Amino acid sequence: MDAVINAATNREAIQVAERVHWVGALDPQLRTFDLILQTANGTTYNAYLLRGSEGVAVIDTVKEEFADEFFTRLESVADYSEIKVIVLNHLEPDHTGALPTLLQRAPQAQVYISYKAPKMLKALLKDEQTLQFNPVNTGDEISLGDRTLRFIHTPYLHWPDTQCAYLPEDYILFSGDVFGCHFCDTRLFNDLCGDFRFSFEYYYAHIMRPFRKYVLEALQHIEPLELEIIAPSHGPILRDRPNSYVQRFRELATSKLPIEQGSDKTLLIFYLSSYGNTAKMAQAVCSGAETVANVRVSLYDLAGGEVEPFVNLVEEADGIALGSPTINGDATKPIWDLLSSMVMIETQGKLGAAFGSYGWSGEAVDMLESRLRGLKFKVPVPGFRVKLIPTEEELQQCHDFGVQLGKVLTGKTTHKVIDFEDLV
Amino acid sequence: MKAQLTFADIDVSVNVPAGIRVIDVSEKVGSGIVYGCREGDCGTCMMEVLEGMENLNTPSVLEDKILRENMAGKRFRLACQAQVIGDVTVNPI
Repeated sequence: MDAVINAATNREAIQVAERVHWVGALDPQLRTFDLILQTANGTTYNAYLLRGSEGVAVIDTVKEEFADEFFTRLESVADYSEIKVIVLNHLEPDHTGALPTLLQRAPQAQVYISYKAPKMLKALLKDEQTLQFNPVNTGDEISLGDRTLRFIHTPYLHWPDTQCAYLPEDYILFSGDVFGCHFCDTRLFNDLCGDFRFSFEYYYAHIMRPFRKYVLEALQHIEPLELEIIAPSHGPILRDRPNSYVQRFRELATSKLPIEQGSDKTLLIFYLSSYGNTAKMAQAVCSGAETVANVRVSLYDLAGGEVEPFVNLVEEADGIALGSPTINGDATKPIWDLLSSMVMIETQGKLGAAFGSYGWSGEAVDMLESRLRGLKFKVPVPGFRVKLIPTEEELQQCHDFGVQLGKVLTGKTTHKVIDFEDLV
Repeated sequence: MKAQLTFADIDVSVNVPAGIRVIDVSEKVGSGIVYGCREGDCGTCMMEVLEGMENLNTPSVLEDKILRENMAGKRFRLACQAQVIGDVTVNPI
């Protein structure tokens, strides 16, 4: 391998392996990506060119405004007439921006995309009629003579369409956004670049973490692969100890907290209380849930803690119950802060519930339930509201509400039949 | 005409007017079926029909296309499109 590599000195392709070149682009000025990600030193849009004995494959392209750089690098190692295959591992515009022009210059090329991607491709190119493409799934292969690309569908890493393409003859995984990061270093390879660990972890936390279940599913396909190089679509090419990045994904996708509860189901109750009324309700909900065997309940006053550690707790929990008073016709800000932070984690299918005391109008509980549903919690136990100070009877109802939550968590509910009219 | 729609994940049956869509019941009752576009285009709300597939309406051309694009098996429907015309048991996927 070359000791000195500087992708900024010219616009030639850079060799990654005997038959593989990097034909991507550098974007060192980028500081914010997709509105939600900060980048300390920009990013790269990595595209690759693979040469087989029976044709050339281009794997991903670049963001539209970097198309000239991409085409110049591509032209340094191949003629457009040689391109037999275009693989799009992910259709986000930062990887497909140069596709329309590439298709014009290489009209003979066959486009290979994930079977989840056709509709997105049509929307991107605004072309329903003439566009030709080949949807592929895990295990599908395409041959370039003495080189093969084998596809692995990795849904939700981080779009439904995302996939990887494995080159078994050279043990290279073209991984799309998986194992990528926003880090722009002209030396391109992980053994030559500056320290990009923070970018790798940050990228995982913001892009992959909400899809932890899918990360673990994808790793089942990726971990058995023999790997010499991981070639992601952003950031350094991982040729030094590529398996360590796979292992790091496994660590990041594995529980961050010691498993103390064994097989018990966990319910976290978060509350805020201005006059102590919602706090009393929270304690009653807690005492009710505690009576259900195999349920471990925790009670947290949001006024006394920062949101981020609680997000880690929610990621591991089976269910949450949120208690908030209604102030100015709304739930209280710390609760919304907690909920807005949950987009960082996987919440689909967890149990959600809401309760709270109110003075005049009491909108908070409905609002919290709506947001919980929006976050894909299931909310099978209707929220519970109390006007001002809870009576003993109402506290008993809170207790029963907690029992119900515990039973739902442990699958101890008895079959219920209700009329639709009662739901409205 | 009444029908019974059962959500296996929360073990709840709802007596519903025939013709109602699953989406109009599942969120109200708190089932874990999740929704995206809510108009039969994105495939997010795909659900498994455990019993009573014959008691759902026939999939429209659009729904059929989305199911095929998502490589759905015969036991799957979109909850935002499926209308209940008899007793049915469904489950989130």
